Amino acid sequence: MNDPAPGEDVRELELELLLEAIHRRYGFDFRSYARASLRRRVARRMRLAGAETISTLQARVLHDRAEMEALLLDLSINVTSMFRDPAFYRALRETVIPELRSFPFIRIWHAGCSSGEEVYSLAILLSEEGVYDRCRIYATDMNEVVLARAAAGIFPLESMREYSSNYLAAGGRDSLSRYYTARDRGALFDGDLRRNVLFSSHNLASDGPFNEFQLILCRNVMIYFDKELQGRVHRRLYECLCHFGVLGLGVGESIEFTPHASDYERLSADLRLYRRIRP
Amino acid sequence: MTAREIVAVGASRGGLAALSLLLGALGSAFPLPVVIVYHRAQTLSRVTSSLGALVPMPVEEAVDKAPVRPGLVSVAPAGYHLLVERGWLALSTDPAVNHARPSVDVLFESLADSYGNRAVGIVLSGGGHDGAAGLARLASFGGLALVQSPEEALASEMPRAALAATPGARSLTARQIAACLSRQLGAVS
Repeated sequence: MNDPAPGEDVRELELELLLEAIHRRYGFDFRSYARASLRRRVARRMRLAGAETISTLQARVLHDRAEMEALLLDLSINVTSMFRDPAFYRALRETVIPELRSFPFIRIWHAGCSSGEEVYSLAILLSEEGVYDRCRIYATDMNEVVLARAAAGIFPLESMREYSSNYLAAGGRDSLSRYYTARDRGALFDGDLRRNVLFSSHNLASDGPFNEFQLILCRNVMIYFDKELQGRVHRRLYECLCHFGVLGLGVGESIEFTPHASDYERLSADLRLYRRIRP
Repeated sequence: MTAREIVAVGASRGGLAALSLLLGALGSAFPLPVVIVYHRAQTLSRVTSSLGALVPMPVEEAVDKAPVRPGLVSVAPAGYHLLVERGWLALSTDPAVNHARPSVDVLFESLADSYGNRAVGIVLSGGGHDGAAGLARLASFGGLALVQSPEEALASEMPRAALAATPGARSLTARQIAACLSRQLGAVS
């Protein structure tokens, strides 16, 4: 028998086995996710589940669907907020939307919409700019629990102050409170805002392209993917984007280190808005 | 002596002065990548450009999936955690750690995994105790642990917490930290 591998090598092995187990048992593939953040999220789930080792967690996950669902939520939920990075939304309003006005129909894909705050932000923006009626927004996420929240459009009342401030910084023409009513459960956003929104389940990592869009937003989703998966997803986004269509990423992301870097031009210095220039 | 490949620095209140002193002392020819978590408010933060104006090497906001580059100083952007994979930078929007995002603990802990004993972790001036657990972890993997002396630091809480958590850490002034790093490089060239 060989000498046992040092502690860290065992942990890496356990992580590989956990991801393999999840994939084989449940079909969710986290094997190409960025490891550093994945390790942290798994470690957190271990603490919450009282599992001392990754192997212990794996056993629970394999035999208990509820444990799997808890882990799945941990691995696939990404924090978001309304008018997140207000300068980005202001740039959308001032630079991108005026160009979109020339289209009779505007198809927009919000890829990885999470709990929907940014979808409602976009809807408000499009509405204030008078183009909402021509838009069809596809809001997708791989996590159906979170998608259901997005479809419901209820956000914590405590967040409304921050969101109002973001809304104004993003060039909001009115007041955010015009768009929601305060309920016990939270701030319920106007159902009318989602009349042209289709919420549907879609896994960026595995599902193919499904339409052609003038605008695609994929913000702070690919930071959780490794480089190889990010490259594959970028290819899908590129295939779905029409010539001169715009791709919007998160503020900490860039097209620069992806295989599609030269297929886009930068619309805005730091705000991660890119226009597809290759036909 | 172990060859070090990357330097990580965590700082909060009072840390900007210490950072510019440290990086200034290292000089523009410093060959290792430097990654920094500086506690910063979400909006309108000018830390990166301020630092860029004060130090000789290039200073940039860290971008997700950017390669780790020698001689480049990468600063965690506001509202994101900065982690380091082997050879590239990664960002995360997971909840704040020690009320901070970016968090020093998150940076140092990722570095322990990806670079282990080839990393240097440095804690400078600041309030709170972000970085203490991370530095201890880094040190347990053989990483070099350096802390700005509480006597010199404008805010001594973070350095004190780091020293308490990491018995093997050295308490040095910012200039001494720079000298130590230069010696580390000189000894293995």
